[in-house]
Parts: sequence; structure tokens; C-alpha cells
Amino acid sequence: MQRQFITLDGNEAVAYVAHRINEVIAIYPITPSSPMGEWADQWASENVPNIWGTVPTVVEMQSEGGASGAVHGALQGGALTTTFTASQGLLLMIPNMYKIAGELTPTVFHVSARSIAAQALSIFGDHSDVMATRATGFGLLASGSVQEAMDFALISQAAALKARIPFVHFFEGFRVSHEVSKIEQLTEDDMRTMIDDQLVFEHRQRCLNPENPVLRGTAQNPDVFFQARETVNPYYQKAPTIMQDAMDKFAQLVGRQYHLFDYVGAPDADRVIVCMGSGSEAIHETVDYLNDKGESVGLLKVRLYRPFSMEQFIKALPASAKAIAVLDRTKEPGSLGEPLYQDTVNALYESMNNGGAKFDALPKVIGGRYGLSSKEFTPAMVKGIYDELKKDIPKNHFTIGINDDVTHTSLDYDPEFSTESDNVVRALFYGLGSDGTVGANKNSIKIIGENTDNYAQGYFVYDSKKAGAVTVSHLRFGPEPIRSSYLISKANFVACHQTVFLERYDMLKSLVPGGTFLLNTQAGVDEVWDTLPRNYQEQIIEKQIKLYVIDAYDVAKNAGMGNRINTVMQTCFFAISSVLPKEEAIRAIKDAIKKTYGRKGDHIVQMNINAVDQALAHLHEVEIPGAVTSRREQPPTVSERAPEFVRNVLAKIMAGQGDDLPVSCFPEDGTYPTGTTQWEKRNIALEIPVWDPDVCIQCGKCSLVCPHGVIRQKVYDPDLLKDAPATFKSTDARDKAWSGMKYTLQVAPEDCTGCELCVEVCPAKNKTQTRLKAINMAPQPPLRDTERENWEFFLSLPEVDRRNIEVTKLPQQQLQLPLFEFSGACAGCGETPYVKLATQLFGDRMVVANATGCSSIYGGNLPTTPWTKNREGRGPAWSNSLFEDNAEFGLGIRLAIDKKQEYARELVQKLAGTIGDDLATALLTADQRDEAGIYEQRERVALLKQKLRDLDTIDAKQLLTLADNLVKQSVWIIGGDGWAYDIGYGGLDHVLASGRDVNILVLDTEVYSNTGGQTSKATPRGAIAKFSAAGRPAGKKDLGLMAMSYGNVYVASVAMGARDMHTLRAFIEAEAYQGPSLIIAYSHCIAHGINMAKAMENQKMAVNTGQWLLYRYNPLRAEAGENPLSLDSKAPKKAVIEYLNMENRFRMLTKSKPDIAERLFKLAQADVDRRWKHYEYLASRSSNHPTDK
Amino acid sequence: MDLSTTYLGLKLRTPLVPSASPLSEHVDSIKQMEDAGASAVVLYSLFEEQLRMEAQDLHFHTTFGTESFAEALTYFPEPEEYRMGPEEYLEHIRKAKEAVDIPIIASLNGSTIGGWTEFARKMQQAGADALELNIYYIPTDVNLNGTEVEKTYVDILQNVKSVVSIPVSVKLSPFFSNIANMSKKLADAGADGLVLFNRFYQPDIDLEELEITPHVILSTPHALRLPLRWIAILYGRINADLAATSGIHSAKDVIKMLMAGAKVTQMCSALLRNGIGHIRRVEQDLTKWLLEYEYESVQQMQGSMSQIHCEDPTGYERAQYMKALTYYRKEYAYI
Repeated sequence: MQRQFITLDGNEAVAYVAHRINEVIAIYPITPSSPMGEWADQWASENVPNIWGTVPTVVEMQSEGGASGAVHGALQGGALTTTFTASQGLLLMIPNMYKIAGELTPTVFHVSARSIAAQALSIFGDHSDVMATRATGFGLLASGSVQEAMDFALISQAAALKARIPFVHFFEGFRVSHEVSKIEQLTEDDMRTMIDDQLVFEHRQRCLNPENPVLRGTAQNPDVFFQARETVNPYYQKAPTIMQDAMDKFAQLVGRQYHLFDYVGAPDADRVIVCMGSGSEAIHETVDYLNDKGESVGLLKVRLYRPFSMEQFIKALPASAKAIAVLDRTKEPGSLGEPLYQDTVNALYESMNNGGAKFDALPKVIGGRYGLSSKEFTPAMVKGIYDELKKDIPKNHFTIGINDDVTHTSLDYDPEFSTESDNVVRALFYGLGSDGTVGANKNSIKIIGENTDNYAQGYFVYDSKKAGAVTVSHLRFGPEPIRSSYLISKANFVACHQTVFLERYDMLKSLVPGGTFLLNTQAGVDEVWDTLPRNYQEQIIEKQIKLYVIDAYDVAKNAGMGNRINTVMQTCFFAISSVLPKEEAIRAIKDAIKKTYGRKGDHIVQMNINAVDQALAHLHEVEIPGAVTSRREQPPTVSERAPEFVRNVLAKIMAGQGDDLPVSCFPEDGTYPTGTTQWEKRNIALEIPVWDPDVCIQCGKCSLVCPHGVIRQKVYDPDLLKDAPATFKSTDARDKAWSGMKYTLQVAPEDCTGCELCVEVCPAKNKTQTRLKAINMAPQPPLRDTERENWEFFLSLPEVDRRNIEVTKLPQQQLQLPLFEFSGACAGCGETPYVKLATQLFGDRMVVANATGCSSIYGGNLPTTPWTKNREGRGPAWSNSLFEDNAEFGLGIRLAIDKKQEYARELVQKLAGTIGDDLATALLTADQRDEAGIYEQRERVALLKQKLRDLDTIDAKQLLTLADNLVKQSVWIIGGDGWAYDIGYGGLDHVLASGRDVNILVLDTEVYSNTGGQTSKATPRGAIAKFSAAGRPAGKKDLGLMAMSYGNVYVASVAMGARDMHTLRAFIEAEAYQGPSLIIAYSHCIAHGINMAKAMENQKMAVNTGQWLLYRYNPLRAEAGENPLSLDSKAPKKAVIEYLNMENRFRMLTKSKPDIAERLFKLAQADVDRRWKHYEYLASRSSNHPTDK
Repeated sequence: MDLSTTYLGLKLRTPLVPSASPLSEHVDSIKQMEDAGASAVVLYSLFEEQLRMEAQDLHFHTTFGTESFAEALTYFPEPEEYRMGPEEYLEHIRKAKEAVDIPIIASLNGSTIGGWTEFARKMQQAGADALELNIYYIPTDVNLNGTEVEKTYVDILQNVKSVVSIPVSVKLSPFFSNIANMSKKLADAGADGLVLFNRFYQPDIDLEELEITPHVILSTPHALRLPLRWIAILYGRINADLAATSGIHSAKDVIKMLMAGAKVTQMCSALLRNGIGHIRRVEQDLTKWLLEYEYESVQQMQGSMSQIHCEDPTGYERAQYMKALTYYRKEYAYI
């Protein structure tokens, strides 16, 4: 079988091999490893067999702990088994890894190595996770490029079978897992040659089998455990040789020779770096460059890190080495150095002592950290390290790539140093996620990879925000294999796909003199020059940059592509860049279009082909004037009024300059101020809602559903209007409670994402033009300045006194200030309105435990945080522990609050005589069921603190630190269905059973949204999701019913879009209930494949068809002798199919697997009928249900 | 009793043909139609525009939000293949042909010339015995004149005729300045039959929601007057078979249409209301009536009341409308 060159990313490269050499694959989604499992699942659903001709079984588990258990079981069952994971997922596998290794079971875990959450979570790449498994007994094999990842996926399995030692095969998350690269693809014959069937048979023979029964997993005692543990030593001694044999066999077969340690560089190098993973590639490139310039440096690439072969390590180092720098992509606080450094020192020391070393004297060894969380690691930094090694006393325990101005670990380097070769095309593309830029670039890489002899590399930098996400694509093409495992800082082509980026980013900074700049702009070829900011004009003239323009939106629109300008801009790139002859390139683009879109029908193909043809006709080169004409400067990132930390730190991150911030800027313990999204004016909405006071009925629905908290309302004294800006709108308040007052509905123009949910839910129509409502979308740019002024004036108006608001009336309740605003959630998000509602109701006394997932990302991803404070400085205190432990984490917070309150009450009693009996009694008997009660208790606590400050007793000092706990605090445990139904269910269940006063809000999107739409147990029957490519065959788990079975848990199932008042009531009841409460909130999601602007209609339809039930189960009703269950939705009026047809997750099944769709949709109707009958029965029973609070 | 007729060159046992409706979406129902005595079946319409919209919709939703956020580069698994094109419909034709012996007339509603010809060709390949072009078009552009609208119809027909050899009928709306002339143009352009008339879904206003509600209203027997008149007028004047549709609910309705000159009568609303078995009842009633009134065959009566054969040809013309109105006024004095 002939080997092909293909372009793909590291995840696909690994999955391609792993799928073919395994029989069982058990996985759980976690970034950045999820695509490996998704590939395997897709291939299994397409019946792609392994090399023995049978299709591997792919199973998604409820957690990585579960996946590793299933892997352990499948291995014991005798199947060739693998899994894919990263980061916290790998940590959850550790207990089983000890077992698997302890039982000498061959397997390979493929790990896209990622940071471990410490002071913060990070999805990006380093070796922290892998390093945490060093003691498990797994071998550790590192690959540093996409090619190596494919090769090592095979080599590791071959060696594992022979050595009977399991391996972690790892490669950096994103840099390798997501880098698209042109590589040589291994064939199935290669795999058959490498995998010895005899070893597979032996693996099977060792399995648990009643025909030949054995017992494995005894409990051993002090007399024998130790000895038994030492039995494995010979296997570990042999493993390195077995691995090298596998590498040699591979080399014979394929031609690429790897060693346990690969040395590159000068044979007589005096300075050597030891490194593992993709960083080695950048070092390799730098070593070649420096040695070409006459230096004498070397690099030792560590492939097999465990078992560590001291002998081979020493052998691979040049005897000439005088100074060695060991790089670790992990941090081990408190250690004598990071692991690879310690191993290096140890190896050198032992070998010197054993007399086996080849060095005249022990080389100097320094260790350093680099590249944590995908921090850039560039040739400039590598040179910095080699320069450091020249010093007599080089800095040990250094860091490189950051400025550590606190403990001064960092090395200096010249950032301008570059090894980029002239024969490599380096192109940068700035686009929006929604315009298809990344997809087009991935396509371009394939075109170039497949149509030329060039090697190709693509790496993509994404946004931390989901709405209006910016993407930057880094593409390299050249005649030699590309080792540049770092971003492009010297591009010869830059494309700006969005004109607004000119204001935000200095894109020309990285463009080399004589380079090309392609701009998508509505300005014509003759006008465009004057529209450029000054710094752009200056650089274009100074660097003699060639400027091309196109109105891609116009071209795309005319071709029927809407705002997808991907094909248009891709065509322009090929037309200008000369990577391929133009005609050939156009033909290749069209072929690629047919291949990519063919399955979606001729129409989609034709649309894209039209776009290609029209793009060429509308692309123009701009004649560059000799002089700078523009006075436009880039505006400051944040307002001058922003707090210092925002201006000095967060604003830098916003501007893309976070890499430049020194260590001293950052809080040591991961604690950040809340309320900072207000300073990040993103201006991403093309249109914003505009209020029509004459039509408005002041119902509050628009502000309730607004996912980003940009629609606010206030009632206020008419006198306050005297200072109002000229365009500020107001009208008489309609609610009798506010008679004589004015009412304003105001939009935050620069924070709105333009999702239109508000307009869709507005029930008030203009009587003369029914297309108009009380709020209507209008273009943002002309409104920006005036509405900004109006928004600021609006914010200056006083808030309505919370004591006067009747919270069960929506129009009044919506006057409460949201303490969750301007998050980075998707435009039209279905989760955030619930979160925001909770903060309006309880935010000023709320503590939030947030499970990892969408809500922790839009809620806690830097640079800015949407959780905010009111004028008194009160607001939600928020924290994210992990994905799997959120319920327990929240319970812990509750326990602490309760304990502190209990102690505070004891002290109040004890100090009653000192602080006054009346105050003590009032504090201890306070009724805090409503806002007035809470207000009064706060007043009492303030008085108490005042008195305590004057007392010099230890009890008084104790009570002063506890007094705040005398005010009722509301603990909210928030997360998605992946947490509540799957990974965190055990904990959730336990917390429900605890009887403690916690409020659990499940934002049920019925799918793992944050990691890209994988099936959870909340996914309904018939929905297509990842791991349910043929529609989920099983029905949705009824979490609410399970919780009700405890009898003392308040349970509500709500859907805001179906009945907002029901949602409001449920939130209030849940919080008031002094035991565990569970709210399951239907949250529409981008992963449903719906029109997000009309998503509340989907919620309504879900309820009208019975697909989603509205109910409240209140144990208090049972105490009162009533049936605790109130079924609040009406009997289904419509067939479920009407709902299913509204959502692509269901609809696409009718297009991909019509027969299955027909069967599952019928079952879905049967589910609904059965469930409705069950709930109807439960709700109609008379109650004698005991409660046990 | 000889109930047979010929339509589009097809020899049919009776003039009772179910028209394009959701009833023919399932092969089982088509079989039931045959069992109930249908002499041919017009399949539900393949809407090219709908296919195109579905493709666009799927494309939109499978790409929306992708490649934007590092953790979620896509939201859906990409199936190996989609059945986006007319394949499902073509498969349906094949299955229907296998399941029944009566002719299968495929119905096509296109929105582009390319769509019409490509799909028509495929339908013929799939085994359709004839094609019914359902030209469903409401011109709303105030600058578009009638001649251009008419030309579009003729162009579509000619394009389709140029790529298929099976007979082709055109289902028309009555909204032409001169439907007689339009019918002739189509017949001259090669239409083997004309189906009179298409019923457009008419919009309504929901006063509570202030929204347009496009819900479907089934026809009533009164609706048959319109096609009845034009079939009577066109009979014998143009070189194409005439099929009647709209408002045909009973055997008497069928008889009226046959007398006006229809070769077949197509039923939809009556079957949706009464079930497929209704065909059998209509046939029985038809036979009974023919026997009672001593007709020998259906062919004997076809066109007998057409404008060229009836006693008072002006009865089908405008003047009659005036008379009717006068009568109406007398009857209801309060108007």
C-alpha cells in the first residue's frame, strides 16, 4: 500500500491510528482531546474497521473516571482498548492507571497534554497533566509534531504489547492536537507489520475467562505487598529496549528513525538544551540556524520519558557538553526543580558516580520552565537560553517567555531574533468566527498540501468570548518540513477580514517590508486610503506594503452566501499570494468546494463557486499615495474612568498584549475583582434594539430574556430628567405602584450583541405598522454616541428601593438590578437569562459555586468578569472548583456559612449583655424572608459591628469577623447538564440528600455545549449530537423525578420562553425553601441548530408539545397536606414532531438517516405521552407524603 | 359500464385520479388508493425551492457558530451523506412503481429553469409515467408585466419538454388576463395536458397576534365552478387534455367536470376529509348515476356540456355573471 501525504491535525492523526489498532474505545469529552473520540465515534458509525476487519466499539462514559474504569475492565476482558483525554480528565484516570500498570496490562492512553487548573483553569497545552502520572507505572512517550503524533501512536502500542507496560502517548494540546500539518500517512499495512498478532493473542489469553478462571486484584498485607510490588521491575528494565526496538522496526518500515533520546546539532556542541514535545521543534530550527551562523549548540529531544533510560540518555548527549539547560513545560511548586531537570541532574550524577559518564567534568545543568498553557516558545527565547548557557554562572530555575519581576526567574532575550526562512510563505488572517475564516484557511492548507510539493502548517488562535469571536489564522507553506511550533510574528501576507479590526489591532506590526495586506472593506478602491487609521497609512508607506481591497460582504451577499465571506477571501488570498499559479489555484478551490459541500447539495456548491468567480472580478490593488492623510488614531481600549487594575492589566489583555504583562501584575491566589465586563466595550452588534415608549406596555419581558443584561428599566422621579441628554427617552410609569413617576427602558449600545431575543419576545405591536414593536432593531453605528450618553445618564439614575418591589410581579421585579452583565456568552444564549434573573433576585447575598462548562467560561474567562456589584458594593461571590465536584463544592460553602452563622449566633447570645439584649434578640429572631427583613438585619449587623469595634475582647473580635453571616446568604450551585446529569451526578445526588439549604440551578442545554455538542444523559431521544450521530437512541434522563423521590427536595422544571412568570415563581420558591432546591432550566443553545433570535419560540413549542414539562414540586405543600407536585404546563396541544422540526439537531436526522428518524421520532412522541400521563397521575394524587427536613 | 378514459396518452380505467397531496407521501397509501379504485396517482409535489431552502438551512445550522471557539470548533457530527436532493422523491417514485400497477404521475414544483429540467429528467429516469408541472408562482413585482409572466410559464414547459419523452401536464392558476389564450400557448408549446386549477393557500390575519396565518383551508364543492367554466370553454379548442381539480367531492361533481370536458377529475380535499376509501364510493355513485341516466360510457359524456357542445354557449361567458348577480340581489333583498 502506497503511503499518501495528507493534511490533518494532530488529534485526527492519532485517532486515525488508535481507531485501527484497538477494539474498544472508552472516552469522555475534554478539551483539547475531544476530537479524537469524536473521530473514532464517527468512523465507528461509518463502519470503518480496525486492521483486523472489525469495527471498534466506541463508548462515551459519564466522566473520565468512568472511562478509565471501562478501559480497565475492557483490558481485563481481553480487548485491545484505548482512551483519549487531557488535563483534569487524566487526573481522574490516575487511580485506574495504577491498577492497569500494576497488573502489567498493555494499553496506550493518547493525551493532548493540557494545563491543570490551579490559580485558574486553562484549556491550553503544557505537560502538567502528564507529569502528574509519573508515579502510576505508565510509560510516557512524547511526540512533538503532527507527524510524530501519528508515528508514536503506532510505535507506543507496538511497544506496550511487547513490554506489557501501558503507555501515555502525549503531545501538546492545541499546538500539536489542533495544528493542521501536511504529513505522510501510515498505512494499515504499516500497522499490521508493527502490531504483532501473537502479542495480541497473549493479551487475550491473560483475560478474565470462566473457562480458565483466575483472580486479579487481591488485598495484600504488610507481609507481602512490598515484595509483590517489586515483581514488575524486570518489565521496566526491559521496556526502553523494547521501545527502541519498535522505533527501529518502524524506521526500517517507514524510513523515519526515532530514538529514546534524539540528539540534533553540532557533534561537538558545548551548550545543549534538553527538551520534550513540540518545543523541541522550535529549538531544532534554532539549533540549525545558529550552527549555520557558526555557533556550536545542540538539542536532546526526549521521546521516552518513562521508563527513563539513564544509559541511553547519557549516550545521546555529546561528550563535549559543558552546559545543559533542561526545559520543563510544567511547574512543580516547592520542588528542587521540575521533573525533567531533576531526572537530568540525577542521571548525570549517577552516571558520573558509576564511572560510566563520558564527560571530563560534570556539565553545568540549569533547569527552566517555558510554555505553560501554550505560552509562546520561540527561537528568540531559545537563543536567550543558549546565550544564558554561555555565562559562567547561568541562572538556574529560570523561566523563559515571561517577565518575572517578582522572583526574577526570567531570562532576557531579544524578541526580534527570528529564524524564519525566506522560502516560507507566512500568512496571517484576522477574521470573525462567524465569517468562516478558519474553515477557509483549513481548506487552503489542504489545497496547497495536496496540489503542491510544499509542506503546509496551520495554527488557529481563537477568542475567549463566544459572541463576536475573533480568530487569527497562522499559515505557513514551504518546500521543507516546517518545525516552527510558534505563532507567526513576521508575516509576508496579512489579511483583515473585518474592517472594524483596523480600530482594534495593529495588524501590520507583523507584516514584513514589501509584504501584502488584503483588506475586506466597503470603501471603494479610490476611497479606501482615507478610511485607514494613521498608523496603518504610516506603515504601508514606510514598509512599501502592497494593499489589495475587496468588498467581500457585497460579493458574498450577491452569491447568496450571506455573511460567510470565507470563499471570497480565500480566493483573493490565492489570487494575490502566488502560492499556486492562479488558474490552478482557482480550479483547486472549486474542486475543494465540490468535495466539501457536495453532500449538502448542488445549490450550496454552486453558491460557493459563484463566490469564487465574483471574488476575482472585485479584487483591486490600491495605488499607494506618497503621504499620510489620516488623523484617525486607534481609540484607547478602556475608558480613563476604569479602575487602575482594569486600565493597567485587564485592558492590556483585551488589546492582545497580555503576553507583555509581568508577573507582578497578577493576583497571587487567582482572586479577581468582579464587575469588569462593563469596561470592555466590544461594539459587536451591527444592530441594537431601540425603544418606542409610545408602544411599550412596560411588561419587563425584554429585559428578562436579554442574555447580556443590556436592556434595563428604571422608574424615577420626573425631576431627575432635567439633566437628561436631549435624546434620552422616558414616559409615564404605567404600574400603579409607581404613579407619578417616569419610566425608561434603556439599552447599553456598546455591550449589546444584537441577538434580537428582546424584539422577538416583545408582545406590544405598533397599531399602525404591525411589523414594529415596542423595541425594534436599528443600525448601531449612528446610535452609538448618543445612546452611550443616554446609557451613562440612565446608570446615574437611582435604583428603585428593593423593599418596594413586589418581586412576584414581573414588570416590577425587572426593576431589580442585574448583577450579571455583558458576559462573553453566545449572542442569544439560553442560559444567561436564568443566571441573570437569580442575581436580580438574590445577587446581593449570593455565593455561587459554578461547575466548569459554558457558564464558568462566560462567567469567569479573563480578561473581564460579568458577575458584578451593586452601588453598596454587594454582589455575588463566585468560584469554580472543577467540573465533577460542583455540588460538593457548593455544599462545602453552605456548610461553612452555616457553621459561621451558628458560631456568630452563639457569640451574639454570649455577648448579649455587652451589645444590648434588644439588639441581640432582634439579631437572633430576625425574619429575613423578604427584602425588608434583610434590609433591617443588615442595619442591625452594621450597628453590631460598630459596637464590636469598640470592644477589646476575643469574643468581640471573633464576632466581628463573623457578623456578616447573620444576614441570610443564598448558596447557588450552577452548572450545565453535563455536570448535573453525568460527571457530577453522584455528588449532586448526595447534596440533594444532605437536606442542606442550597439552590441548584441546572442550565439544561441537553448537550455538552462548551466542548462542542457531545451527548449527555440529558440529550433527548432522536437528537443528533456528537456520539449520537445516528440520533440518540435512548430517552432523556428524568433528573427532576429522581430528585423528587427524596420527598424533601424542592424541584422545579422551567422554561422561561414558555412561561416567564412560572420561572420567576420557581426561583423565588426554590430560594425560600430551607432545604435543597433543584431548578432544571430549559436552555436553548447554539448547539441545537436553531434560529437563536427566535429561540424562545422553541421553548414555547417544547412545552406546548409536552417535550418539556413545567412543574414545581414543593415539599412545603406536602407539609400542608397538599399534593407537593404542581404540574404547571397544560396537556400537550401539539405533536412532538412540530417541535422536533424546529431544531436542526432533530431535523438533520431526517436528512442523514430518514428511517431511523421516523422510528425515533415516533418513540419520542411515545415518551412524551407516557411522561405526561405519569406526571398527571402524580400531580392528581391526594397527598400524604411525609417530609423530612 | 365503461368508465375508462385517456389522459396524457395513458389509458385509465376510470377518470378518478387523486391529485398531488400529502396522502401520496407513503407508498402504503398509494397502494390503498389503487385498491380503492384510483386509476392513476399524482404524487405529492417535489418543491425544488423547498429542497434548496432545506439545503441552505442545513448548511447554515451545521456551520453556524463553528470554528469560533477553541473548545467547540463544531457542534454536530458530520454525517457521511445527506439525502438533500430529490433522491428521496425519486426513490419514492421507484417504490410506488413497484407497489402498484396504475400510472404514477410525478409532480414537480421548481423555481429555477435548471431545477425544472434536471429534476424532470431524473423523475422520468425513476420511472414516472408522466409529469405534472405545478407552476406555483405569484408575481408581486409591480414592474413585471403579464407577457413576461406568461413567457416564464412557456419557457419552463419547453425546457422540460426538451429533456423528457414522457407526457407533461401543466397545473395552472386562473390568474391570467386571458386564461384561454394562456392555455392555448401552453398547448401549442407542447403541454400534453392542463390541470385546472391550482389552489393557492390564501393568507389570513390573526387578530390576537396581529400576524399573517397561512393555514390551509380544504376546498368546498363551490370551488368547482371556476375550473368547470374554463374546462367547458377550452374543451375542443386547444390541443391538450384537460384535468379538473378543485372542489370535486362527489360523483355528481365528477360528472359535471366530465360533461364540461375533463378527461380526468383530481380529488384532494375530499380524500383528506373522508379518507382514501372515498374514491370507491365516488366510483360506485358514478356508475350508479350513469346506469340510472342510461349512459354507456364516460367518454360518451365527456365534453357534452362544453361551450362548443352545449345548448347555450353564452352561459359560460361574462353576461351570465351579470344575470346571476341580479338574481342574487333579488333573493337577498338586504344587499
